[in-house]
Amino acid sequence: MPENMSTKHTVVALVENQPGVLMRVTNLFRRRNFNIDSLSVGRTHRPQISRMTIVVDSARANAQRIMANLLKLVPVIDVANVGADLHVSRDLALVKVRSDDADSRNALTMIVERYPARIVDIGNLYAIVEITAQEDRVEQCIHELEPIGIVEMVRTGVVAMGRGARILDSSYERTAQPSTNGYHV
Amino acid sequence: MGRVLSGAEILLECLIEEGVHYIFGYPGGAILPTYDALSKYPQLHHVLVRHEQNAAHMADGFARATGRVGVAMATSGPGATNLVTGIATAMMDSSPIVCITGQVSRPVIGTDAFQEVDVTGVTLPITKHNYLVMDIHELADTIREAFYIARSGRPGPVLVDVPKDVQNEKIEWEYPTAPVKLPGYRPPAQASEPDVVAALELINNAKKPLILAGHGLMMSGATNEVRELAEKAQIPVALTLLGKGAMPEGHPLTIGMMGMHGVAASNLAIQEADLLIALGMRFDDRVTGNIKTYSPNSKKIHVDIDPSELNKNIQVDVAVAGDLRAVLAQLIPGVKSTAHSDWLNTIRDWQEDADEREILRRDTGERLLGAQVINDIWKFTGGDALVTTDVGQHQMLEAQYYPHIRPSTMITSGGLGTMGFGMPSAIGAKLGRPEEEVWAIVGDGGFQMTLQELATAVQEHVNINIAILNNGFLGMVRQWQELFHERRYNETHMFSPDFVKLAEAYGIPAMRVTKREQVEEAIAFARSHDGPTLIEFVVEKEDMVYPMVPSGADLDAMIRRPKPNEA
Repeated sequence: MPENMSTKHTVVALVENQPGVLMRVTNLFRRRNFNIDSLSVGRTHRPQISRMTIVVDSARANAQRIMANLLKLVPVIDVANVGADLHVSRDLALVKVRSDDADSRNALTMIVERYPARIVDIGNLYAIVEITAQEDRVEQCIHELEPIGIVEMVRTGVVAMGRGARILDSSYERTAQPSTNGYHV
Repeated sequence: MGRVLSGAEILLECLIEEGVHYIFGYPGGAILPTYDALSKYPQLHHVLVRHEQNAAHMADGFARATGRVGVAMATSGPGATNLVTGIATAMMDSSPIVCITGQVSRPVIGTDAFQEVDVTGVTLPITKHNYLVMDIHELADTIREAFYIARSGRPGPVLVDVPKDVQNEKIEWEYPTAPVKLPGYRPPAQASEPDVVAALELINNAKKPLILAGHGLMMSGATNEVRELAEKAQIPVALTLLGKGAMPEGHPLTIGMMGMHGVAASNLAIQEADLLIALGMRFDDRVTGNIKTYSPNSKKIHVDIDPSELNKNIQVDVAVAGDLRAVLAQLIPGVKSTAHSDWLNTIRDWQEDADEREILRRDTGERLLGAQVINDIWKFTGGDALVTTDVGQHQMLEAQYYPHIRPSTMITSGGLGTMGFGMPSAIGAKLGRPEEEVWAIVGDGGFQMTLQELATAVQEHVNINIAILNNGFLGMVRQWQELFHERRYNETHMFSPDFVKLAEAYGIPAMRVTKREQVEEAIAFARSHDGPTLIEFVVEKEDMVYPMVPSGADLDAMIRRPKPNEA
């Protein structure tokens, strides 16, 4: 099963953890007219390195162009087109839905059982469902929750990682070395 | 133990370590501590401009003429925002400059303090990289990184914003000697072996190959290599505007400029070629015309140091990210000697057809044409001057009628098309290469955008020759109005002052030329004076630059000047 829809690119960037990096990346996408579908940033196990997962609508740009432009940014250390190869991707959503009668509570329980989801808060009026899954599964779950009555929702955006030995090396000591980014068509 | 220095002193000592002599700038409140420290460093020469935009243009002209990093300095707020057009100009043409701006003190950053502007935010999309220095301990490494980034890889402008209190702060300091650490900055160097093999396969099998020579060849120092490649396999060469000088014009294999106002033979060769070898150029829309019909029968090799330029506008068969000098050295040994005589003869036929249409071969009567003026400047300067231009008809005429033999002798705003670039960039170029005869060829429109730098030229006694081609119009816009807007010359007719009197007000020797026979004398007059001189050439008002590929049209759909028997 494909891990993402073919119209999107999932690109991962390792960046120096310094002020303004997020602005440089988002500005690049705005300036080049690449549409960001989702973008998530977080620290890595190396304190000076952050990792971004960027999902881009492919209508205007191929992954090669996106990566070449990202690599031009000085604080961007490395980039990988994770979506092009075997990978794991996850999106997390918190969905607040109505839970003020037996029907809604029963429906909630049944839906949550069929997804990698759980009820993390429930009260007389509202419950919060947490779902962590591939983006399309999250979409399906939300779609099923809709008839119950969604009142609030938040999503983290996709994070992704290559499977097996596909490791994006975040070694900070990696120094200048010749690298061609050219390729044959 | 280090000495105790202020941030301002550290900044200036770092500039000296980078080999800086000239700083083009303008003082103001937030940069004042650095200006105060200037007097301690007589090895630095500050050139006081009359507008900060021109400080950036001068640094740019200096950089393009010398290949070294040019430095511009300005204060915070309006000083910094005035740099913007100059920075964008340098960005589009990959020119290495470092701009130092003062910023309001750290405690008031973000409070909308007097003359506060988020200049790193403003210049983010128009710099290769920029910095706001919030810690004096990072100042020296930031300056070192700025110069390294500006001049390496694909060069470009870098801005360093330094708050006033960082300039005033004092620390014990020694110049850092460890290499700068930029883990994410790795410009490509050489071509991979499969790329070399694939490129050679195409080159050695081509019947109608064509080299497209760009600015990158000069920045990489690969002009000897491209000539060697062209001569070894007898491959003709078309030049981009900024590529003028990459291959000597007048060389039998050099056809001339390509693109919207390129020579017809270059454009026809592009459309007819079976192989394009694009070197250090970026398939700008002014070069390609309609990309859907661009060079339809050719395989394409593209070598550029910036991987993001590959397959951006034109899909190519072999895309090589690398430094041209290194990549050409990899390619040349594998290139077979060939003659390509049929192909070269075809191109020669196109050139002969263009000769028949040539305006210089015609009797133009009393009229003085821009083409004649520029061709005469070429003739009477022995074809060996360093020429800067503004943007418009005179710029295209320079490209057509001033053939350049040596690299980096034609400096013009190609990518951004910045009017007013010519004169300030000439000042920077002349200071960088004092042994060169420098001409600024400008139009009446562009000149009036930056003419305040006449005062700078006088104050610094810079020996530049300014040639204004005055046609009383924004000539290129007028040409578009004539061709595409039924001659509705809305707001392109322009009043100008008496340029000769204006020059004299600055104490600059000046002459006005209205007839062809005065041209030689005026050029001799300009060349005989030390210091700046100005000549106003009053040229034909409604002249056209031919050939012309209308915007977005097919490259071979050129509007040509009619032959005499067709006119």
